[in-house]
Amino acid sequence: MEEVDVEPTTTPIPGFDSNQKHLGFVWGPGDILVYETIYKASGGSAGGCPFVHEVRKDEDIYSPILRKLFNESHHIFVGLQRIREDLPSKNKKPQFVSISKNYRSVIRACMEELQQVAGIPSLSTLKGFISMMSHLSLWCKQNFNIFCTLFVVCDPLAGSLVLHLLDWVRLHKADVDEKAREVLASESPAEHQAYWDVVISYVLQGRMDEARQVLVKQAALQPAARVMFKLLDNLLMKMPIFNPGETQTLTEFDVKWRHWREEVDHCLQDQSFASNRHLEDICKILVGDEDVLLEYKELLSTWYHFLVTRLLFSHPTVKPTELHYYAQSSMHMFLDTRSVPEPLDSILLAAFEFDIHQVIKDCSIALNNWWFVGHLTDLLDHCKLLQSHNLHFGSNLREFLLLEYASGLFTHHSLWQLAVDYFDHCPEFGRVYLELQIERVPLDTERKALKVIRICEQRQMTEQVRSICKIMAKKALRNNRLGSALSWSIRAKDAAFATLISERFLQDYCAKGTFSDLDLIDNLGPAMLLSDRLTFLGKYREFHRLYGEKRFSDAAKLLLSLMTAKIAPHSFWMTLLTDALPLLEQKEVIFSADQTHELMFCLEELTSGKSVPTPDRPMQVLGYTPPYPLSNVCFPFNLLIHCFIICSNLYSCLARG
Amino acid sequence: MMEGINAKYVSQKISKTRWRPVSSSSLQQPDIFATGSWDNEDNKISIWSIGENGISGLDNEFEGDPQLVCEHKHNGDVLDLQFLDQDRIVTASSTGAVIIFRHHHNSQTLSVSQLWERAHHYPCDNAPCTGIVCNSPEIVTVGEDGRIILFRADQEGVLRTIENADSSTIHDVTFLRTTEILTVNSIGQLKIWDFRQQGNEPSQILSLTGDRVPLHCVDRHPNQQHIVATGGQDGMLCIWDVRQGNMPFSLMEAHSAEMWEVHFHPSNPDHLFSCSEDGSLLHWETSSNSDTPSFLQGGRNTSIVSRSAIAPAGGNQSLISSWLTGDSSKGRLETTHMLPSQTLSVNSLDVLGQCLVCGTDGEAIYVNRRVPI
Repeated sequence: MEEVDVEPTTTPIPGFDSNQKHLGFVWGPGDILVYETIYKASGGSAGGCPFVHEVRKDEDIYSPILRKLFNESHHIFVGLQRIREDLPSKNKKPQFVSISKNYRSVIRACMEELQQVAGIPSLSTLKGFISMMSHLSLWCKQNFNIFCTLFVVCDPLAGSLVLHLLDWVRLHKADVDEKAREVLASESPAEHQAYWDVVISYVLQGRMDEARQVLVKQAALQPAARVMFKLLDNLLMKMPIFNPGETQTLTEFDVKWRHWREEVDHCLQDQSFASNRHLEDICKILVGDEDVLLEYKELLSTWYHFLVTRLLFSHPTVKPTELHYYAQSSMHMFLDTRSVPEPLDSILLAAFEFDIHQVIKDCSIALNNWWFVGHLTDLLDHCKLLQSHNLHFGSNLREFLLLEYASGLFTHHSLWQLAVDYFDHCPEFGRVYLELQIERVPLDTERKALKVIRICEQRQMTEQVRSICKIMAKKALRNNRLGSALSWSIRAKDAAFATLISERFLQDYCAKGTFSDLDLIDNLGPAMLLSDRLTFLGKYREFHRLYGEKRFSDAAKLLLSLMTAKIAPHSFWMTLLTDALPLLEQKEVIFSADQTHELMFCLEELTSGKSVPTPDRPMQVLGYTPPYPLSNVCFPFNLLIHCFIICSNLYSCLARG
Repeated sequence: MMEGINAKYVSQKISKTRWRPVSSSSLQQPDIFATGSWDNEDNKISIWSIGENGISGLDNEFEGDPQLVCEHKHNGDVLDLQFLDQDRIVTASSTGAVIIFRHHHNSQTLSVSQLWERAHHYPCDNAPCTGIVCNSPEIVTVGEDGRIILFRADQEGVLRTIENADSSTIHDVTFLRTTEILTVNSIGQLKIWDFRQQGNEPSQILSLTGDRVPLHCVDRHPNQQHIVATGGQDGMLCIWDVRQGNMPFSLMEAHSAEMWEVHFHPSNPDHLFSCSEDGSLLHWETSSNSDTPSFLQGGRNTSIVSRSAIAPAGGNQSLISSWLTGDSSKGRLETTHMLPSQTLSVNSLDVLGQCLVCGTDGEAIYVNRRVPI
């Protein structure tokens, strides 16, 4: 057995004493059901506990805000899968980048909303919020990773790496802007207690223009120090920022940067800013003084912000391959020696080392659902950044993670529809998963059933279509809706069930003497051919219609063919023969000699059987009254004789003439 | 066209969207709509606003998202939803109930003002109510149980029930005139019922012969009572002239899956809109033959413009509708996709004035305030 990566967590079941009782459980797709067994640990007289507990791993799926995330990312996911089909090979990169941007903006919107909600102090939302925040911020980090990996792979200009890192840090420390607005809106911004925090935060994020704008407020207050402010303003303005869009080479940039840095160094040695502690600190930050940076731990708030700031001012042309070295040292410098790095930190570190598999593995352990790793792995796989990593179970890593995520969605009351597209894009096991899950969607209304059937039909899942239609047909039958039941079994092409329902229709006809649901039976069309009994039902009803329209010879022909072609079940022949009586007694001759002969032959065939079946109540149906009274006991027999007499008379007449 | 449309994710699958009617005299654009959800553990009906309380005209370039005004729990899926008037909304529930909600404009709240529990039902089970049509104060509902029920909003009891009106499920219903309704069912039939007749038999049945393709939606031409549009499982759009024949006047290929709703534009019926399970929303435009501008064809004495309202009996019937003269093969009919490509079903749409709203299974609402009409 393999080693476990982390100790499993314990979930206490409320009101359950594990010393006294035993627990049993069953796996569900996204949860487990836990119940108390009847076995007792120590002969105690414990009565059975009536509760079944449902234990869920993933609560996030029930958060309304996250549903937006699931839906929007589903949309992006489907878009990503389509890229593969549309484009031959090249030119895909910009599309992948834009997909990754889309993911990021969806997450950003979601984070903003979560932050708003967090203003309302409710315990449940707060708890969810904390778990979400950790996992959402993680997402951003990872996406950044993809984003820059994508860039770096094709972009030899290493200088752009720092720019992407800065972008990412700005996303995480967006509260600076909020604070800046507050400061600038106050009566005297320069005297606001958060004033210097804002200036320095801007500098730490490399947002020099913003920093300068805020600095102007202070300069205006201190005319005596004008020269000093002017000098710093100049330094900030002149700081070279690498721009990958320009023609400038990395070496040119490097020379320029070194030159600027010497200038800043010079100012420091001159003690140009000695009279103002804040300005001097800013100047020290500009040269990347790590001690000063660490003094502003609170403004940096995280070790990775520290890392990025450090890179910006000390190693602006850092290469991706060197990143992990700085990351490690930054983390150690920033965190107390005593404190143990959190899972999040080690995931980030792995990301900086570009160890994708480690990132995915750590995330899978740390996060409570598969949304993040699933989408990440899928995107990486499309970018061909994931070496094929075949698992000893299931398919590859991408498919495994997507299947897990989609199965989780399928357990949700209403997100199950999203899961279908994820299954579609799992070539190996997706279909099997879908087949097993789709049949288990609860069907409350026909509209929902139709939607499920459509999903199956689009994927040629005939077996599932049949099964769903059968469920609906049975439900309709239980509610005595024969018409609906028949429609469903026709749709399912379920001959056996159609036969069963046709029998019910015929029984009803025999009991009531009228057909119900004529609108349906009259419009069967080619669907009638589904089962023999259904064909008979349709044709028999047609006979009634022809008779009603007084098209007697057509009716007679049809009636006879029902028997001769063996469409009618034997048990129904008696009824059919009695239906022939009024036709035989019409004034004009309706059956020809041959037809009469065939009719007699049918009659003989029926009477040669061991028992004569009881005709149900056919006579009222056609408004026929026998010419002489028939006692109830020998009713069928008498009727047959009557029929026979008429037939033979008729036949002899016709044969002679 | 697609630029003017943006998605609002609402964390519930939307089954119905409807504009609140506006009075036609004021030439106002609608700014309030209602939505109903389905397939949630707790379903809701919600009221949304797209105007910023009267200053919507100023801010035209930067159109705000729809804002939630109020919502109310709804037992069961909302299978249909119609505005009875400015304040009242009627919903059809999958539990078989028919509910009237009142929207209190002062307090911006919703409350249940009338409830007919199990209006549609089986002997021992619930039967979903699938469709509603209103002609205030009359409400007609249809259901999976094959019943047609006539209510009056101001009366607690049921005015009339047609038992066994259909042997299969009735999916949608519309008024042809004040006493006549038309239903469509799951075996592809259109049935016309006259409430003046006492029996339980339809006065007319139309169907595509030999074809049993279920029909899911129907809408009547706002000015010409004899023209109806239907859509069904195969995604085909059919235009029928109920006065003549058993065959639809025209059949047009529209969607690749179930068409869930079809609507004529209420004031400019040369335009028609349809939405489908395949995730598309189509705008159909037929060029009018008649010299009369189409906006003059409507009845002008209706005070409320809304799809469920009945055109006055004096509506000009001699005009030939362009839907009946039009010939799709001559390219007189133009169709435009109204939504960016997406995969999940568009369950409902509503159009009023220049505004269109639709809701999807992707839990998004789309509003377009500049439909080119």
